[in-house]
Amino acid sequence: MIGEIDPTIINLTVFVLAVFVGYHVVWNVTPALHTPLMSVTNAISGIILVGAMLAAGPAETDWGVWLGAAAVTLAAINVFGGFLVTQRMLEMFRKKDKKGS
Amino acid sequence: MSANTVALAYLIASVFFILALKGLSSPLSARRGNMFGIIGMVIAVITTLTITRNWALIIVCIALGGTIGAVVARRVQMTAMPELVAFMHSLVGLAAVFIAIAAVNNPASFGLPEILPMGSKLELFLGTFIGAMTWSGSVIAFLKLSGRMSGAPITFNGQHKVNLTMAIIMVGFGLWFFFSTTTNWTAFATMTAIAFVLGFLIIIPIGGADMPVVISMLNSYSGWAAAGIGFSLGNPMLIIAGSLVGSSGAILSYIMCKAMNRPFLSVILGGFGSEGGAAVASDGTQKTYRSGSADDAAFIMGNADSVIIVPGYGLAVARAQHAVKELAEVLHKKGVNVRFAIHPVAGRMPGHMNVLLAEAEIPYEQVLEMDEINSDFSNTDVVLVLGANDVVNPAANVPGSPIYGMPILDAYKARTVMVVKRSMAAGYAGLDNDLFYMDKTMMIFGDAKKVVEDMVKAL
Repeated sequence: MIGEIDPTIINLTVFVLAVFVGYHVVWNVTPALHTPLMSVTNAISGIILVGAMLAAGPAETDWGVWLGAAAVTLAAINVFGGFLVTQRMLEMFRKKDKKGS
Repeated sequence: MSANTVALAYLIASVFFILALKGLSSPLSARRGNMFGIIGMVIAVITTLTITRNWALIIVCIALGGTIGAVVARRVQMTAMPELVAFMHSLVGLAAVFIAIAAVNNPASFGLPEILPMGSKLELFLGTFIGAMTWSGSVIAFLKLSGRMSGAPITFNGQHKVNLTMAIIMVGFGLWFFFSTTTNWTAFATMTAIAFVLGFLIIIPIGGADMPVVISMLNSYSGWAAAGIGFSLGNPMLIIAGSLVGSSGAILSYIMCKAMNRPFLSVILGGFGSEGGAAVASDGTQKTYRSGSADDAAFIMGNADSVIIVPGYGLAVARAQHAVKELAEVLHKKGVNVRFAIHPVAGRMPGHMNVLLAEAEIPYEQVLEMDEINSDFSNTDVVLVLGANDVVNPAANVPGSPIYGMPILDAYKARTVMVVKRSMAAGYAGLDNDLFYMDKTMMIFGDAKKVVEDMVKAL
C-alpha cells in the first residue's frame, strides 16, 4: 500500500504538516524578537545548501557542478551570516537580562 | 550511509529547526534556540557530505561563503539589519535557481530519473520561478532599503496589466517545459528570465514604509523556494525547513498589514505613499504650531513624573539609539518613569526598533508593545515622539481618512506631546498630522540624534 503512493503525495503530506507546525510556533514568537526571527529563518532557509551540495557533487562532472559550487557558496553565506548575526542580536537582549535581574 | 540513516538524520535536523523557532518565544530561551538551529544545520551538512562527492570543492565553497557571511554578520550596523536581511533573501533565491538548473541539466546527481517525470518538472518549475522572483525582488528591496535607490514607489500606466501578461506568458513557457518529452532548455530558460524580470517589476511600485511587509513577504518566498527545491529533490528536510520559513514570513506579513490596517493585496499592488512631500492642510489654510528648543523640552521632561518615548524610522536613520539610552538614564536618575512604546510597523522591518534599543542596552522591561502601553498614555505627563509620524496620527480615528482604522499609539492623549522631526513634511502616508498642531504639542526641529544629545546636556 505505502509503496504504491506517489512520492509527491508523501512530500505534500510533510509540507502541509510542516506549515501547520510553522504557523503555531511562529505565532508564539514575541514581537520584540521579530528581527532575530527573520535573521534566523534566513539562516534556516540556507538549508538549501544541502541541495547545492548534491548539485556540486555528482558522479560525472560537467558545467552543472560549477553552478552547484556557486549555490553552495551563496547558501553558506546565508547559513553562517544568518546564525551569527542572530547570535549577535540575541547577545544584546541578554545583556539587559543581567542588568534587569 | 544508507538512505534510511540519511533520512533519519535529516528528521533529527528538522526537529532542531523547529526548536530553533520555538526558542524565540522569549528572550531568555532565544539563544538556546539559535544554538539548536546551528546544531540542526551541522547535522544536515555532515549527513549530506556522506552522500556526495567533490568534497574538496564543496568544503572550499562552504569555507568561502562562511567567511563572507561571518564578516558581514560581524560588521553590519544594527540600523542596517533590514538591508542585510533583504540581501540574504536574494542569495537563497539565486541558489534555488542554480540548483534547479543543475537538476534539469543532470537529474541523476539528485537521484532523479534521466528523463524527468512530469511531477519533478512541475516542482522544478515552481522552485525556479519562486527563487528567481525572490532574487530580483530582494535586490530591489535591498537597493531601496540601503538608500541606493529612491524609496518612492515607481509606477507607470498599465503596470498591473504588464505584470499579469508577463505572469501568463511565464506560466505558458512553464507548461511548454512541462509537456516537452525531452529537456526543453528554451522553455526553461525563458520562463526563468521572465521570473527574474517579474521580481523587479513587482517590488518597484512598493514604497519605503511598506518595506516591513515586503521584507516579510520575501522572507516567506525564500522559504517557499527552499521547500520547492525540497519537493524537486524529494527531500523532506528541505520541505520542512522551507515551510517553517515560509509560514513565518507569511505570518509576519499578516501582522504588518494588520498594523497598517491595509489589505495585503493593496500593499503588494503598490503605488502607495510618498517620500516626505509637503503636507497640505485639508482646509487650505496655514495651521499654526508651536516649536521649542531641546533645552525647553529637557526642562519639561526633567520635571515630569512619567515619560513615554515613541521611536520611529527617524531614530534609525539618525542612529540615535545610544543618545536615547543616555536620555532615558538621566531621566531615570531624576526619578522620572521612562518607558518606550513600539508600534509594530515602526522602522523598516518587524522588530526593528526593539533591536536598536537592545543594542543601546535599554532594559527590555522598559520597552512595551502597542497593546501593552496604549491605555497608559492618558495618565502620562510627556510623550516624546522621535522620528515617527503616521503611527501617532490621530487621523486614524477619523472616518474617511486614508489611514482610518489603522491602530495607532495614543500619543495625543498624553498631557504634553513633544515631537522631534526634521521638518513639517508629511509622513509616508502623505497626510498631515493633527497631533503636531495641538495646543499641548511642542515641535522640536532637527536631527533626532543631535536633539536628544542636546537634551541630555541640558539635563
